[in-house]
This record gives sequence, C-alpha cells and structure tokens, in this order.
Amino acid sequence: MNAFLATVRRDLLLALRRKSEVLTAVFFFVIVTSLFPLGIGPEPVLLKKIAPGILWVAALLATLLGLPRLFSADHVDGTLEQMALSPSPLGLLVAGKILAHWLLCGLPLVLLAPVLGLQFDLDASTLGILTLALLLGTPLLSLIGAIGAALTLGVRGGGVLLALLVLPLYIPALIFGAGAVEAHSAGLGAGGHLSLLAAMLALAGFFAPWATTAALRVALE
Amino acid sequence: MRQSIIQWFRFASPQSFYPLAGRMIPWFWAAAIIFGIGGLWISFFVAPTDAQQGEGYRIIFVHVPASWMSMFIYLVMAFWAGLGLALNTRVSGMMAQALAPTGALMAALSLWTGALWGKPMWGAWWVWDARLTSELILFFLYLGFMALQAAIDDPRRADKAGAILALVGVVNIPIIYFSVKWWNTLHQGSTINLNKAPSMAQTMLWGMLLMALAFWMYSIAVALMRVRAIILERERHTEWVKHAVE
Amino acid sequence: MQWNSVGEFFAMGGYALYVWGSFGACALLMIAEPFLARRRLSDVRKSLARERLADELELQQKNS
Repeated sequence: MNAFLATVRRDLLLALRRKSEVLTAVFFFVIVTSLFPLGIGPEPVLLKKIAPGILWVAALLATLLGLPRLFSADHVDGTLEQMALSPSPLGLLVAGKILAHWLLCGLPLVLLAPVLGLQFDLDASTLGILTLALLLGTPLLSLIGAIGAALTLGVRGGGVLLALLVLPLYIPALIFGAGAVEAHSAGLGAGGHLSLLAAMLALAGFFAPWATTAALRVALE
Repeated sequence: MRQSIIQWFRFASPQSFYPLAGRMIPWFWAAAIIFGIGGLWISFFVAPTDAQQGEGYRIIFVHVPASWMSMFIYLVMAFWAGLGLALNTRVSGMMAQALAPTGALMAALSLWTGALWGKPMWGAWWVWDARLTSELILFFLYLGFMALQAAIDDPRRADKAGAILALVGVVNIPIIYFSVKWWNTLHQGSTINLNKAPSMAQTMLWGMLLMALAFWMYSIAVALMRVRAIILERERHTEWVKHAVE
Repeated sequence: MQWNSVGEFFAMGGYALYVWGSFGACALLMIAEPFLARRRLSDVRKSLARERLADELELQQKNS
C-alpha cells in the first residue's frame, strides 16, 4: 500500500513541477464547451437539451489529451522498467499512476463542470447530477484509457492510434453519463444510470489495472 | 490420448500449418461456391415476394449473414488471440491478424446493406437503431485492432498487444450493446422500432442459412489465404521457407 | 418462379437500386478480397525467390 501511495505522490509532484501540461487539458475542456454555443446558436432551450452531451464529449476528449503522457516519460527514462522489476507488484504501481492521472486530468473537469453547466442554463439539481455522473465517470475514463496508453506505448503515431482504440470503449460511459443528466431533466430519476456507471467503475477498477500491466509488460519486452 | 494431443500441437508450428492451410483452401472455396449458388438460387428464384416489403426484402439474404459473420469473426479472432497469449503459439497470433480484415469487411458490408435496406423501408439511409449503432462500433473495434497491429513493427509484440486489445474488446462488446440498447429505448420517440421483423417463411430461413454457410466458408478460405502470406512474411529467414517456395 | 421476364427480374419490383446495390457491393468486395490476399502471397513468394537467386549468385561468384 505504501508503494501505491508513493507512486501517487510522485506523479502528483512531477506534474506540479510542470503545471502547463495539466492546465492545457483543462483549458481545452473549457474552450471546447464554449465553442458549441458559437457553432449552434444561442437558443437557450436547445443548449439546455444538448448540454450534458457536449460536456461529456468534451470531458472524453480532454481525458484523451492527457493519456499519452501517462507512461511515456517513465518509459523513456527507464523508470517503468525499474517499476516492473521492483518487489511491489506492478499492478499496484500502475493503479497508483492511474489514480494520479485522474486527480490531475479528471478531477479538475469534475470541479469545472458545474461552472460550465451554468453557461448552458442548467438548474442547480441538474448541475448536481451532472457533477456526480462525471465524478463516477471520469475515473472510468482514466482506467480504460490507461489500457490504451499502455498498448500504444512507444508506437508510431501513438496519440492518434490511442484515440482510435479508446474512444469506442468510452461509449458506455458516455451513454450512461450523459443519460443520467437527461433522465433527471425528463423527471425519470438518474438513479439507474448512476448505479450502472458505478458498476462499470467497479468492474474497470478491478480489471483495467490488470490489463494495463499485461500491456506494459508486452511493451517492455 | 497423449499422442493425439501432440498431433494437434504439431499444427501450431507455422512450418506444418503452411502446407495444411494450402491443402484446405480449395475445399473451403468449393464449399463456399456450392452454398453460395444454392443460397442465391433460393434468395432470387424460390423465396416468394414479401407481402409488406415487396422485392426489397431480398437484401436480407446478404445483410443478415454479413452481420452474423462480423460478430462471429470477432469472437473467433479474440479466441485465437487469447490462445496465442496463453500458450504462446505463433500461428494463433497470425490467425487473429489474418481474420481481422475479413471481419472488418463483413462489418462494412453489413452497414452498407443495412443502409440500402433502410432507405426504402424506413425512408432513411441511417437510423440510430441499437443494432446499427453496435455494428458501427464493432467496425471501429476492428479498425482499432488492425491499426494497432500495423503500427507495431515487432510481430511478436504486435500479436500480444493485439491480443490484449481483442480480449478487452470482447469483454466490452456486451456492455456496449447493452448500453446502446438502453440509450435507444430512452430515445425511442425519434427512432423506428426494428424488432418487429416480418414473419419468416420457411424458404427464406433456408436461403439465409445457406448464404450464411457460404459467407462462413468464404471467410475461412480468405483467412487461410492471408495467414499463408503472413507466415511466409514472418518466417522468411527460416530454412524451411526457403525450401517451401522452390 | 415469380419472374415473367428478365427485365422484371432486374427491376426487382422497383427496388433495383437497393437490392442490386447490396448484392453488387458484396460480390465486388468478396471477389476483390481473395484477389488481394492472393497477390499478397505471390508478392512474398516473388521476393523470396529473388532472395534465393541472389544467394545462389553470391555462392557462384565465391566458387569461381
């Protein structure tokens, strides 16, 4: 457990030394969501309807932006190989790195979402559901994305390839995440969507670090 | 017993699989052509005109087999990939790589014929129906698998990375299908329910079955042809390949 | 048999574009794919044969 926490701490420290990389993804999220009303038109009824979808797709893309960096720096300077050789299981260290990635790339999006939601004229309870859905969904995005990041580690054209591999796997998270907000707005209650999102998070939390570790070992051979 | 298991493992080596595949290909082609002729005969000359859809329903005879094969090939591909990962057999990875383009072709055909069927029947080339959407996502998964394998130069690493991706995909396909279906029912107002298929006459079922068999045999034949090329490409520096192409 | 003439068969009761578009695309791609697979195999074989020839020439030069 100590190794897990140490990895989280180390990754957070490293990221804080290079703040611009973290901020880029956050600004990307803000800019993309602000572009949609400019493209579609300022009609409040329409914007209110498409807001959850826009915020979710933007969150998907912003998460994707940070993924190539998840393992690449450690791969280049050999830290990853040391991790694979260390006495603590690689899966635990990988889980730590994924958690750090979520804290840096996912959590800021969750915190920003209510503010951006205001741009789309969402009311307080809807904003609450949106934030809750993102809180459950963004770790899921980091977990699934880590598998893709490990598979494309050190591969030609890795960034674009990563998007091609990971985006189809993000579809369930998108559907239930945006669906939760829509169901709430329609008066159906978001409970079902949110619990399914939580179930997928539990499933991915168990399997994704394992698959990521397998993919990393292939990359390190 | 032990002897027969060893017999099977013999074909896990490219050297003995290469000639075996070469011998099997003509048989699968013959089967594909025979089933195909039978299926086409039923689909155009035996199956009666549908009361609701007129002659347009005949697209079903290629659409359904293509959809079935696109899903089935992904499962087979993931099976070979998983086997290659577990037992470290070389031919398994090559087989998975050989199957992917055929699977993608089947998914593309299924989408194309689906659009051509949809236009006269529901008045739109594309509707966001659960099945159509899942098929599109399956097509994306095939493209991702092929792109990943093409991007990695070392074939052994490509096999293993592809295998992990294929297995992750197989776990995800039911989740994706279920979520798309859920999404579809939530938005039912704007789409058309495709679940009410016209009652199927016995002859139509036979035609579809024969066509599905033809597509199946075709897929095996093409995959075997491709796996032979892959074996030669990868094993080109070995001694047996030099003798095999004399 | 429900077709009275060849023309009627090709007209497909007004669905010609859709039916023949589907069957045609399937036929086209399913003929093209084996052709491409076959060409890939023959390409490898040709390059292997060239390699072999080069090896033999080298061997002859060494011997002479």
